[in-house]
Amino acid sequence: MASSTHDKTPAYYVPESSRLPIAMAFTLFLLAWGGAGVLQNVSGIQQNSSGVWILSVGLVMFAATLTVWFTKAAREHMAGLNSEQLQESYRQCMKWFIVSEAMFFAAFFGGLFYVRAFELPWMAGEGAKAATGMLYEGFEYTWPLLTNPVPEAVPGPQEAMHWTIPLINTTLLITSSVTLTFAHHALRKEHRASLKNWLLATIVLAVVFLGFQAYEYYEAYAHLGLTLDSGIYGSTFFILTGFHGVHVIMGTIILIALYFRVLKGHFTGPDHFGFEAGAWYWHFVDVIWILLFFVVYIF
Amino acid sequence: MTAIPHDDHAHHGPATGLWRWVVTTNHKDIGAMYLWFSFAMFLLGGAFAMVIRAELFQPGFSLVEPEFFNQMTTMHGLIMVFGAVMPAFVGLANYMIPLMIGAPDMALPRLNNLSFWILPFAFLILVSTLFMAGGGPNFGWTFYAPLSTTYGPPSTVFFILAMHIMGASSIMGAINIIVTIWNMRAPGMTWMKMPLFVWTWLITAFLLIMVMPVLAGLITMMLLDITAQTSFFNAAGGGSPLLFQHLFWFFGHPEVYIMILPAFGIISAIIPAFARKPLFGYASMVYATAAIAILSFFVWAHHMFTVGMPFAAQLFFMISTMIIAVPTGVKVFNWVATMIGGSMTFEVPMLFAIAFVVLFTIGGFSGLMLAIAPVDYQYHDTYFVVAHFHYVLVPGAVFSIMAGVYYWLPKWTGHMFHEGLAKVHFWMSFIGVNVAFFPQHFLGLAGMPRRIPDYPLQFANFNMISSMGAFLFGLSQLLFMFIVIKCVMGGKKAEAKPWEGAEGLEWDLPSPLPYHTFETPPKIK
Ligand SMILES: [Cu+2]
Repeated sequence: MASSTHDKTPAYYVPESSRLPIAMAFTLFLLAWGGAGVLQNVSGIQQNSSGVWILSVGLVMFAATLTVWFTKAAREHMAGLNSEQLQESYRQCMKWFIVSEAMFFAAFFGGLFYVRAFELPWMAGEGAKAATGMLYEGFEYTWPLLTNPVPEAVPGPQEAMHWTIPLINTTLLITSSVTLTFAHHALRKEHRASLKNWLLATIVLAVVFLGFQAYEYYEAYAHLGLTLDSGIYGSTFFILTGFHGVHVIMGTIILIALYFRVLKGHFTGPDHFGFEAGAWYWHFVDVIWILLFFVVYIF
Repeated sequence: MTAIPHDDHAHHGPATGLWRWVVTTNHKDIGAMYLWFSFAMFLLGGAFAMVIRAELFQPGFSLVEPEFFNQMTTMHGLIMVFGAVMPAFVGLANYMIPLMIGAPDMALPRLNNLSFWILPFAFLILVSTLFMAGGGPNFGWTFYAPLSTTYGPPSTVFFILAMHIMGASSIMGAINIIVTIWNMRAPGMTWMKMPLFVWTWLITAFLLIMVMPVLAGLITMMLLDITAQTSFFNAAGGGSPLLFQHLFWFFGHPEVYIMILPAFGIISAIIPAFARKPLFGYASMVYATAAIAILSFFVWAHHMFTVGMPFAAQLFFMISTMIIAVPTGVKVFNWVATMIGGSMTFEVPMLFAIAFVVLFTIGGFSGLMLAIAPVDYQYHDTYFVVAHFHYVLVPGAVFSIMAGVYYWLPKWTGHMFHEGLAKVHFWMSFIGVNVAFFPQHFLGLAGMPRRIPDYPLQFANFNMISSMGAFLFGLSQLLFMFIVIKCVMGGKKAEAKPWEGAEGLEWDLPSPLPYHTFETPPKIK
């Protein structure tokens, strides 16, 4: 237990020293170095045989370091080391992290907006920079863009992605946000059984979402000709849905970790920051999807 | 439940030996590491600058291959921006903000050490690209597509991933700083009592959180264009190289304020200390900083006047850019007004601060010239632009860092630095920087383009002068290193408050600082 501080303000826990940061920094080095090597290799830029090994070690270390770090942080909290002020630091940290994630997506949304509102109309000879159209004779702007400005160089997709599966996925994600909120309420009222069930339901919905997303990608590649290299429509489609999907995977891992912590009896009604942070993250991923659903599939 | 060893109360000293620096969670250790790392990068980036200036010493002179010259200009820019200036300010923030607000440490000490240790690894990758097949990045520090995508060297993939982890470090550092300021202030340290360095860093951290992820998104698109044949920056597939520039400068313009707002904070601490007068217009300084930060999101395309934007867009970005001169003018006015009627002395930190005010203002004015779209058509991509941003970054950002280092060095080390040598350093730097960069204005106005390894005869004289100034400036930084190391090793003992007029909580603490400070929050008057 925290050694006695007779002051009114509880002492702020400053860990004496830690090997976790250097382990994580080195891990990121391996991920970057190995990842670059693998990318060089698979894209045929340059032969690189060591990349895959470095990346693999990096991935294992990443999972291990992250697990140890979060376990340690949770243990410290349960040992009573975290004053109210330190918990507030964690909460604010998580909020700003989500802001930064939102800005990461903003770059992709912004790119899609720029291309559709300005660049493609100009290339098709409309708008303030209509003269651009002289370079791309016969090019017409439609969205989804199936015929690219220079189709000989970059052939477009045969078909656009239909919105039915995404609509199902939207329903799934919104429902999952609702079930997670139910779980949260159950936790606040200390209804452990109901907490477990709602949390499990959320995880199931997340996994089904990922299943549909995988099926959609299969469809895109196998039947629609909608690929990463099929022009700007495919590029923006895959970068937005892809990074969203990566976030769903991370969110699902977080939810599963929370589930196991719940099974272990962690979290109490008034004290459950880990759960709360996971929930914020999940709702954030949900909001991004709704935005994405409209701009990628509908309009 | 207590699986944690009984180390919850940090009364012990640091771990011993070099390992201390690897596992530390102490904001002073981490701040010091940031500052030393930054200085190492400053010397490396400086060495690259020396190669550039040596190549440009005379027309027709060929010291290095043009291809290598391009790598030098690129690496010089990248290392100075991301390796020298930004980490130096983060180091000062780490060291000083907890002391200034009466906090025991940064809000999340382990995350803090992670933010630092990513940097040596990121720059190891970046610098190693110089030795890879095809060489390092050669497309300029702005790495415009398609130069960096279609025509970039194979090592570009390594460059991108190095930038990714460097960006992650910046974001984590910024989150830590913002949470520290928001949540760790001692009772009584209200918002409007915070020193301006804390204010400017709060706003800078906000800018970092807003724009570093955009840079991450941008380089991710680059990576996909290179490795997966996406069409983000490829017009044939419906994308656009201009999209690259828009996203880059949406990051890039706030980025230049990330490199100057903390400088404003340092100068706002030093000028009142040596004028022995409170800062004139404290509240207006806070509002001006916030105004500059907000405006910085709406000016980015002033870097792109010549790319063929609609007329209305040029007009908008021209006017929004010129509006920034107003809050910046407020700041310069306040610094001058603080000095007027003060009983000034001219110790080394003050010399650097005054030089900052004068020379940064020159850089600001050339910025205003560049903001005027029709004349920018002539200045664009000339040495005038090079002169402009070196005036705001070298006698701007870098001088403020040196001013801050001299100002706080006695506090950090417990020793006074050698005043005479430091004055020599100041005057050599001051003369060197002006001789190096002032002639570049004329070169630019006469039409010399930037990023070329050779030039026609009519540019010869000014280039030779500029190179000599650059060599002088470079040499004087070795003196700086000597002065700092000498001060760390020993010297006249520094009092708790070595500067008579200095204000702030940090001066209530002994010099050198104990390992842990403000474990119980101080009382703020
Ligand atoms: Cu700008």
